Amino acid sequence: MIRARALERRFGEKRVFRGLDLDVAERDFLVVTGPNGSGKSTLLALCAGLLAPTRGELEVRASRERIGYLAHEPLVYRELSAFENLDLYGRLYRIPERRERIGMLLERFGLWDARHERVSALSRGMQQRLALCRALLHEPELLLLDEPYAGLDEAGALLLDGELAALGGSRTCLVATHDPARVAGLATSSLALV
Amino acid sequence: MTYLADIAALARKDLLLELRSRDTVPAMVLFVVSALVVFNFSLPADSGDLAAYGLLWVAIVFTALLGLTRAFVAEREQRVLDGLVLTPADRSTIWIGKGIAVLAFLLLAEVVALPAFALFFEPVDATLVAAVLLADVGLAAVGTLLAAMAAASRARELLLPLLFLPLVIPIVVGGVGASVDDDPARYLGFLVLYDLIFAILSWASFEYVVTE
Repeated sequence: MIRARALERRFGEKRVFRGLDLDVAERDFLVVTGPNGSGKSTLLALCAGLLAPTRGELEVRASRERIGYLAHEPLVYRELSAFENLDLYGRLYRIPERRERIGMLLERFGLWDARHERVSALSRGMQQRLALCRALLHEPELLLLDEPYAGLDEAGALLLDGELAALGGSRTCLVATHDPARVAGLATSSLALV
Repeated sequence: MTYLADIAALARKDLLLELRSRDTVPAMVLFVVSALVVFNFSLPADSGDLAAYGLLWVAIVFTALLGLTRAFVAEREQRVLDGLVLTPADRSTIWIGKGIAVLAFLLLAEVVALPAFALFFEPVDATLVAAVLLADVGLAAVGTLLAAMAAASRARELLLPLLFLPLVIPIVVGGVGASVDDDPARYLGFLVLYDLIFAILSWASFEYVVTE
């Protein structure tokens, strides 16, 4: 699914990583760890096609509509409600029976009662739940999750554990995290960036 | 059909955001009316209608610039553009959707500005209205592309006017010409040509602006 050879990415003079080789097969669950600034988020953004490598090769065998990307920010409009944001993405992803799919995700992530509230009024944890709904909305083949547990309370984290357990084995997942123990049971491989 | 549906969804979203926040249109209306009031007091009494038409076009261009500085604020603050770029929607639909919203905001500001111009300066005729409408299309087309470029830059407040003002000089030339010349048709034609060329260029290049 993902093949990188001698991958390098710079931001101006700053080199985030270099000489990175990576092979991720279909339905692998790769855990990416490393200290702040080691390039975990950059690697995920490269795989999503949001950044281009400075050097090296990167091949991702999934078209962009088959990628689910969770970033540090929820990538939703603060002045729209949770439902309106998902509805916009649902239209752009051309999801059949969009409203049913959105309703199901909102229910599953405990956001149904807050569906008409503006995102700006939601807590950080609820925004993270919404971001997860957005990333999973179109049932992507490749999931790129950057710190998916950030901001979640224990109930939200348990919910995500269940989601990842259900997805693992049927989707290719790259999860960047500071808490690898949380997903250790699902991981098929790991990558430690320095 | 999907292309048009994507444009409709994105434009509707921008109009809804403005309806909720009311950040941009009231500021544009206040700015253009204030500018016309200032011009009214700063223009000598015997300066004639030519100068007044020139000032109207200055006010319109700077009002558009004011709206454009806010055009991608929501996308920039939450990095929503990354989310939109990852969808299967053609990237140019983001430009068209945003351009439609910018055009709508500009038209709303002008609904107030043109009667104010008629009150302070000269009557507004059909030729002037046609010139303003054609100019609006060009301002929205070029401005939306440049606003997206500027949004990705750290010096966005400086970059947008520096890129936008030189590129819209032809619009000012065409607009002023259509307003004061005895043969406005050729200036209106010039504005149509500008709109076509820059709309096609912006449409074709937007993808490269929003992706690395």
